[in-house]
Amino acid sequence: MSIIVKKVCQLISGIIFLYGIYIILHGHLTPGGGFAGGIFLSGAFILLVLANGSHVMNLRHEEEKASVIEGLAILIFVLLTAAGFFIGARVFFGNFLPKGHLGELISAGVIPLYNIMVGIEVGASLLTIFLALVIYKEEISP
Amino acid sequence: MIVFILCFILFLVGLFGVLTSRNIIKIVIGLSFMEFSVFLFLALIGYVDNGQIPIVSGEATSRVYVDPLPQAMVLTAIVIGLATNAMLLAVAIRIYKKFRTFDIRKITSLKG
Amino acid sequence: MELTLSILLIFMIIGAIYALFAKDLLSALISCGIVGYGLVICFMLLKAPDLAIVQIVVESISLILMVAVVHNSTRQDLKEKIVIYERGLSFINVKFLFNVMSFLILALFFLFFFRQAIACLEPFGKHTTRMATAYIENAAQNTGSVNLVTGVVFDFRGYDTLGEATILVTAVIGVLTILRLKGRK
Repeated sequence: MSIIVKKVCQLISGIIFLYGIYIILHGHLTPGGGFAGGIFLSGAFILLVLANGSHVMNLRHEEEKASVIEGLAILIFVLLTAAGFFIGARVFFGNFLPKGHLGELISAGVIPLYNIMVGIEVGASLLTIFLALVIYKEEISP
Repeated sequence: MIVFILCFILFLVGLFGVLTSRNIIKIVIGLSFMEFSVFLFLALIGYVDNGQIPIVSGEATSRVYVDPLPQAMVLTAIVIGLATNAMLLAVAIRIYKKFRTFDIRKITSLKG
Repeated sequence: MELTLSILLIFMIIGAIYALFAKDLLSALISCGIVGYGLVICFMLLKAPDLAIVQIVVESISLILMVAVVHNSTRQDLKEKIVIYERGLSFINVKFLFNVMSFLILALFFLFFFRQAIACLEPFGKHTTRMATAYIENAAQNTGSVNLVTGVVFDFRGYDTLGEATILVTAVIGVLTILRLKGRK
C-alpha cells in the first residue's frame, strides 16, 4: 500500500479504538453495548494489519497475546457471575452492586462491568481468528 | 402478511444455495442467507405500530415501546452466526490447501 | 411501513439470487454484502438500533474474512455443465436434478410448518408476546439500566449471554486447532 494509505489508517485506527470504548462504556444508556463495541475494538487492529501488510511485524506473537487476553476476559466474567453467589441476593448472576439513579454513567449495578468484559473478549476473539487466517494464508501461498 | 412471505422466500433462496451449489464458498453464502431471514423474521414479530425505540428517556412512562425480547434474542444470534461462519471458512481454506480446489465433488478421498 | 419493507426485501432477494449464480466469486461476495447491509436498513426501520449497529459491524468483519479466504486461492467459480449431451443424460445432469428434487421436497416441508406458524400470529405490527408488558414496565426499575435491551440481555436473560461468550471461545479454539501448522522440529 502507498504511504498515504498507511498514514491515514494509522490516524483513523486510533479514533476507531476510542469510539469502540465509548460504545462499550455507554452500553446501558445508548444503543450498542458490549458486543458491538468489542467488534469495533478488533476492527481498529484489523485495519492496521490490512494497511501495513502481514510481513511487517511478528504476527504469531500478537496472536498469542490476543488469545491470552481473551481467556482472561472470559475468566473475569465468570468470576463476576459466581460472585453473585456469595454477595447480596445469594443467587447466581445476581446484581449485587448498588443501582444508583437512572440515566447516570455509574449506575445499573454490575451491568457496566459485564459490558466491559464481554467487549474485551469479543474483540480479542475476532482478532485471534483473523490473525490465524492471515498467518495460514502466508504459509500456503508465499 | 406479505412481509412474512417475502422473508420465507429469502429463506428458500438460501436453502437452494446450500443444497445445489458445488462450490464451498457458495454454500457458506447460502447458509448466511438462511440466518439473515431468521433474524428478520424475529425482528418483525416484535414490532408494534407507532412504537418507540426501547430506551426509557426519563419522562413519564406512558409510551408504547417496541418489544425488547426478540431484539435480545437476535443480538445473541448475530454473534453466534459470525462464529459459525469463521469456523466454516477455516475448514474451507484447509480443504483448499490439501486439494487445490473448492469443488465438493472432488473431495472424496478420506486418506490423508 | 409495510410497503417500504417489502421493496427492500425484494431488492435483497434479487441480490441473493444473483449471488448464487455469479461466475466470479468476488462478485458473489459483494452481492452477499447487499443482503447484509439491506438488513441493517430493515432493522433501523423496525426501531431496533442495537441490532443495526451489531449487524453492520458483523457484516463488515464477515466480508473481510471471506475475501481473505478467496483472494489468494481462486476467483473463478467452477464451470457449470448442465447441458444434455447427445448420447443421453450426462453424469452431471442426473445429480443436479436430484439436488433440485430434494430442494423441492424440503421446501414443501418448510412451507407446511410456515403456514402453521403464520396462522397463530396477529397481522404485522400488532402481535405482542406474553412477557412484553412485564419486561417493559419492570426492567428500568429492577435492573437500573435505561436501555431496555441491555437490561434484558444481561440481567433477565443472562444465561444466554454466558452461553454466547462460551460459543465464541469454543470457535476460537476450533479455528486455532484446524489451522495449526505442523511443527518443524
